[in-house]
Amino acid sequence: MRQDDNLSKSIDWLSVAFYAFFVIAGWLNVFAAVYDAEAHQNIFDFSLNSGKQLVWIGTSVVLIILILVIDYKFYNTFAYIMYGLMILLLIATIFLGTEAKGSRSWFEIGSLRIQPAEFAKFITALALATYLGKINIKFEKLQTKLMCALIIGLPGICILLQNETGSVLVFSSFILVLYREGLSPIILILGLVSVILFILALIFPPISIAQVVVGLGILALIYIITSRKKSTKVRTLVIRSSFVLVGCIICIATAFSVDFFVNKVLQDHQRKRILVLVNPDIDPLGAGYNVTQSKIAIGSGEFLGKGFLEGTQTKFDFVPEQSTDFIFCTIGEEHGWLGSTILIVMYVLFMMRLVYLAERQKDKFARIYGYSVASIIFFHFMVNIGMTIGIFPVIGIPLPFFSYGGSSLWSFTILLFIFLKLDAHRRQLLSH
Amino acid sequence: MELKRLNSPFNRIIRNMERKFVVQGIFIVVAAIFIIRLFLLQVASSEYKEMAQRNATRRMIDYAPRGVIYARDGKPLVTNTTVFDLMIVLKETKIKDTTEFCQKLHMTKDELYKVIKEIRKDKAWSRPTALIKQLSFNDLGRIQDVLVDYKGLYTQTRIIRNYEQHVMASALGYIGEISKKQLDDQKENYYSKGDYLGISGLESFYEEELRGRRGVKYLMVDVKGAEKGSLLDGKYDTIPVPGKDLYTSIDGDLQAYAEKLIAYKKGGIVAIEPSSGEILAFVSAPTYDPNMLAGRKFAKNAFALQKDTLKPLFNRPLMAKYPPGSIFKLAQALIGLQLGVINEHTLFPCNKDMVNCHNHASPLDLRASIQHSCNPYYYQVFRKIINQDKFADKFKDTEVGFEEWYHLVRNFGFGQKLGVDIPNEKAGSIPSNAFYDKIYGHHHWKFSTIYSLGIGQGEIGMVPLQMANFAACLANKGYYIAPHFVKGIGKDHELAEKYKEKHYSGIDSKYFDIVADGMEKVVNEGTAAASKIPGITICGKTGTAQNPHGEDHSVFIAFAPKENPKIAIAVFVENAGWGGAWAAPIASLMIEKYLTDTITRGPLEKKILEKHFYEPKPVKKTIEVYAKEHDKSKDVNKDKLN
Repeated sequence: MRQDDNLSKSIDWLSVAFYAFFVIAGWLNVFAAVYDAEAHQNIFDFSLNSGKQLVWIGTSVVLIILILVIDYKFYNTFAYIMYGLMILLLIATIFLGTEAKGSRSWFEIGSLRIQPAEFAKFITALALATYLGKINIKFEKLQTKLMCALIIGLPGICILLQNETGSVLVFSSFILVLYREGLSPIILILGLVSVILFILALIFPPISIAQVVVGLGILALIYIITSRKKSTKVRTLVIRSSFVLVGCIICIATAFSVDFFVNKVLQDHQRKRILVLVNPDIDPLGAGYNVTQSKIAIGSGEFLGKGFLEGTQTKFDFVPEQSTDFIFCTIGEEHGWLGSTILIVMYVLFMMRLVYLAERQKDKFARIYGYSVASIIFFHFMVNIGMTIGIFPVIGIPLPFFSYGGSSLWSFTILLFIFLKLDAHRRQLLSH
Repeated sequence: MELKRLNSPFNRIIRNMERKFVVQGIFIVVAAIFIIRLFLLQVASSEYKEMAQRNATRRMIDYAPRGVIYARDGKPLVTNTTVFDLMIVLKETKIKDTTEFCQKLHMTKDELYKVIKEIRKDKAWSRPTALIKQLSFNDLGRIQDVLVDYKGLYTQTRIIRNYEQHVMASALGYIGEISKKQLDDQKENYYSKGDYLGISGLESFYEEELRGRRGVKYLMVDVKGAEKGSLLDGKYDTIPVPGKDLYTSIDGDLQAYAEKLIAYKKGGIVAIEPSSGEILAFVSAPTYDPNMLAGRKFAKNAFALQKDTLKPLFNRPLMAKYPPGSIFKLAQALIGLQLGVINEHTLFPCNKDMVNCHNHASPLDLRASIQHSCNPYYYQVFRKIINQDKFADKFKDTEVGFEEWYHLVRNFGFGQKLGVDIPNEKAGSIPSNAFYDKIYGHHHWKFSTIYSLGIGQGEIGMVPLQMANFAACLANKGYYIAPHFVKGIGKDHELAEKYKEKHYSGIDSKYFDIVADGMEKVVNEGTAAASKIPGITICGKTGTAQNPHGEDHSVFIAFAPKENPKIAIAVFVENAGWGGAWAAPIASLMIEKYLTDTITRGPLEKKILEKHFYEPKPVKKTIEVYAKEHDKSKDVNKDKLN
């Protein structure tokens, strides 16, 4: 009884309010995406996505209650066991899952369809937090880093084998968590540079990239030489210059090897799958068409938007991911720049709140888990909206709490509320 | 030095603080990029708003031309005609005055309401639905104005079939709209609602070859719904792949002649080239003009044909199972010879105690027994096959003999599907030991139980296609190739391996010569003497299939010329009495037509043509009227053959 009182006082109601906002706004927009003025539809109609989404929301509330009732120590204590079971389940899915759209990532139990990869996110986060949260673990050790890579990489590889590339990429969001825990920023920057290089190498011929890199290198050298102070030793100059040189060589080598790998090593269909990430025109009837339609829909929303349920562009039958991955189009068209900006600001405030909550944890485990939650949500937010407005490749991942779909809503709900539960008990966690 | 500095507790806190801000900073930077990008998309540029206005994109299906079906001589049997479906996107169309709208479109209000009701049911407000189907070029000209006046109306090109020679409806089949069930059951998700596909006959059997692959065209449409060219220069379009042509073995003239001969009679004709198994003519009578099921009157005509008591849609050569009657004696003779229980000189008296017979000389040898179709002779042959006295126990002896007989009979293709390349072929039936065991119990039946099989009566069923195939097997002296219509698919004239394979009967070819001698006599001086052709040696055999429901069925199988058979044929006329009466003359006229391309026996032809087994029905009139109408419209919108 006492604990329940504590819970209602100590839970972060602000985050819960954010959650409620996203879920309800998402539900309304899922309805808007399927709405047809002449069809006399009802938002509660169970044959529509909006009606079904209501069921997912209802079941999510049940999940929330369950999570809040379970003892907070459970997540820490059972993280490894859950992780082990999850890996087994992921492997089982590779062989026994139901095949759909070329990937084997669903389990069908009667009419219930479960995508284990969705739930791998929070379990991996728990396992990582449990491991790094141990008092005797020092992140500076190489062994620790390798162990982290293993914890994150193992489910990633399993999901990759299910052919769910989009879900695998989500695991790269853990790099932010590791950064917070002491990973060198150079790795963060290097990771970013290599991703950019990889994408550039797909778009431009390696020769042009080499030219640009050489140009930038020369500029950097000029800067190093001209900006030197009198006190700067020649040795320092040489070291700095050779850094630039080595960097340039690595960049150029990367560009050429990516080009070689994609064009010579990969088979035709694999190459297409990668190239479509940077150039939707390769698969115009698939992803490319969606992006064109999506941009037109959002663009036509102008400053204030056309108003709720007034959108015309988003009702096209041939944007099949309208309620799921391309839900942001509906916002853009019906609520304009203002509405879109408000939604984006809401997400940023929410994620900053999560970082704030994570930082106030005295317990490493809870903090690391909190960062994982923020990072995973951030990755989805970035890739999903970036994709709809055409600055990210089309990777089919949902907008957290917003997109239509049971598995994703459930998994984000679990992800968030485990953290809110831990946060509510942060004083007790300290003492353990 | 640096390391030391980092590890001091104070610096560590500072550093972690920084990292917290870096992470949050990343959030803010990404969000800022998004907000700026959205500003450029939504506020700073009016390009997308304009695109949105123009962007009523229309997805049109570019139907692939269906493969043409050719006859043996290279003339087309089936070609394509382009028609137009008037499509409506109800959501875009504002109909102010229904009466005016319907008037302009030459349709009734009821028709309009029916379509709207269907759209309601499917919740297809924003999807194009066919408002009027299959308009010709002329029709299209008449309603052209309406397309400009109303938004959300446009035409979709479609391809329907044109059956050039108006023959062989039962084998060509027809195409029609895909049914709900087929739509749900399809494996590869190719078809969508309203699509046409082969429903029966060759059209259905070779659907995948004929249909090709359709393409998709994206068109830009302005606010008024007028087409403004292809979207992004056709970047998203896919080009249709034309269907493959079919080269059939059908002799168009022979086919038309066969249909003429069997007009106003019920039955079937199948003619096969023995050496290749190629079908030369294939008639199910009564027949109808295949074009009846190809145009706008499809629904009306299909209903009329279904209701017709003469069952024109029943594919008799493939599905009508009859006891074969006396033609089966040929098989009995061959099996008897092969098993050594008789030889060509074996004599049996015409003892009418067990089975009835007509009056002829007695006793007869094998050849004469065929000539006169002596029933008691084959009673004896069959008895010798079944009871070879290898076992003292009569039941056991019967079981073993019957087993031997069963296998040899099936080798002729009886009791099994031959694998012809149109659907709905029936296997017919040859009783087995297990069959009789089930009826009478194991070892509770013997020869006297089953003797009627000896003369092709009793528990035995055969479809006309099997009879023709049997004739081909006799012509080939011991083997047959599965009968088939298509001798080549597509440019390379591919032919399935199964239509090259020889099926051997397991009977020595020398025995076929003896049987052929008997068959020659049938036509020259036997039961079909009225059907002989001067100068051509026909080997034939009459049959009379008993019909418990009425007059017996008239059956005749033959091949010719005897020395080098070019044609094997089976003719079946329902309720027409004995085989020599109607089936044999029809077959002989067919043979003469095919081998010499002339008819020398005018009176015989006249007699056949004038014989009506049923009175002309309105259906036939419909066909004629339809054919005339069709010919008129054909020149307007006929597709050019390439």
